[in-house]
Amino acid sequence: MRAPDTCLPLRAEGLGYAANGVAVLRDVSFALESGPPALIIGPNGAGKSVLLRLLHGLLPPTAGAVRWAGENRGGGRMPRDAMVFQRPVMLRRSVLANAAYPLKLAGLPRAERLRRARAALGRVGLDGLADRPARRLSGGEQQRLALARASALDPEVLFLDEPCASLDPAAARAVEAIVADIAARGAKVVMTTQDLGQARRLAGEVLFLHRGRLLEHAPAAAFFADPKAPEAAAFLRGELVW
Amino acid sequence: MDDLGAAFSTALGLVAAGDPALAAIVGLSLRVSVTAVALAAFVGLPLGALLAVARFPGRRGVVVALNALMGLPPVVAGLLIYLLLSRSGPLGRFGLLFTPSAMVVAQAVLIAPILAALSRQVLEEMWEEYAEQLRSLGAGPRRAVPTLLWDGRFALLTVLLAGFGRASAEVGAVMVVGGNIEGFTRVMTTAIALETSKGDLPLALALGVVLMAIVLTVNALAQAARDTAARWAGG
Repeated sequence: MRAPDTCLPLRAEGLGYAANGVAVLRDVSFALESGPPALIIGPNGAGKSVLLRLLHGLLPPTAGAVRWAGENRGGGRMPRDAMVFQRPVMLRRSVLANAAYPLKLAGLPRAERLRRARAALGRVGLDGLADRPARRLSGGEQQRLALARASALDPEVLFLDEPCASLDPAAARAVEAIVADIAARGAKVVMTTQDLGQARRLAGEVLFLHRGRLLEHAPAAAFFADPKAPEAAAFLRGELVW
Repeated sequence: MDDLGAAFSTALGLVAAGDPALAAIVGLSLRVSVTAVALAAFVGLPLGALLAVARFPGRRGVVVALNALMGLPPVVAGLLIYLLLSRSGPLGRFGLLFTPSAMVVAQAVLIAPILAALSRQVLEEMWEEYAEQLRSLGAGPRRAVPTLLWDGRFALLTVLLAGFGRASAEVGAVMVVGGNIEGFTRVMTTAIALETSKGDLPLALALGVVLMAIVLTVNALAQAARDTAARWAGG
């Protein structure tokens, strides 16, 4: 389906990031292929959010590089990747206008972007709230709108930074279902989470980060059954807090 | 006291009767100030937005200068425009001095820095919140300018109203470049100054009443705009 113009695999090559002389990430290397979601897990302060921002291009790495396949083929797909933040910023516009905003940036004609924005809202169950001011939505609804907005352009890779962290359980379930749906529709989801149950439900592969290092990158089934790194085993037992 | 009371009732009579001389003065005042705000907004708002998102050496200095210009005395703004438009000035051949157009230009020069400085404040706060999200969605600082102007539309409306309040209440700039010519460049504030010095209190008071009503209306509108802005900001 995406074969001719894919931007995967996405490679991190010796990726490092330091802020004010403090290393947040050190020598992180991996390759992500298309397929089921990649979950980045690890204790607080492991560098999960920074890793997502490096991959998404919001931060410049201080060492190493992020490489996308097909980079040299005229820029490849537009857009390659999108990101949903833990606390997404809603524009001071209607729900529909929020979903349509990136489509407008991409230069789509008005009728086309409204059609696609409505479809994206439908997929997250917000079509009934299209005309509401986006910032008056509940936290869960805002997160669903952020997912609709990020996926409206049909990016090949979707980065999610703890999308359920500040939500109540019901809202978190709704978001999780949407994430699973986006992945099923063919996007590569790369997501951080604090919730091991959620990681087990969603993950096709797991990247375990600890203190800025990638200690394990394995298929989810293998990782959860038999983690190789002792820190990962401790983390799964709930013994490793940071 | 009796004099004052009589003058006040005459003034209210003038307002109630819609006295044509009074109406002409009020009409010109509104026309001049509204046009000046529109003109100043055209320059001031984009400038404020650009300054909110741009980072360059010397930016702080520009911000400080702009804030200082908010306090530009109206007579000084009038004097600058007078020098530009006077017969021997660089723009003298257009013959604009002592016309309503000159008054519009003087007021626009007076309030453009106010609009730029206030919109810079409003939009810089919004940019701090938006920057990372907009970059992620594909908008750098340049594309962010129209986004910020639109998302700040209600907050910017209060900025415009502040500019209008300043323009309609000032007397120095329009006096210097307009000349307070009866039936041609006489506006509310210059008329009040003249009629008071002539001792014609009823007309001065009537104009004062109208001016106060306008100021009140502008403030009520500004409050409504603030409430709407808060609604869209999720407050």
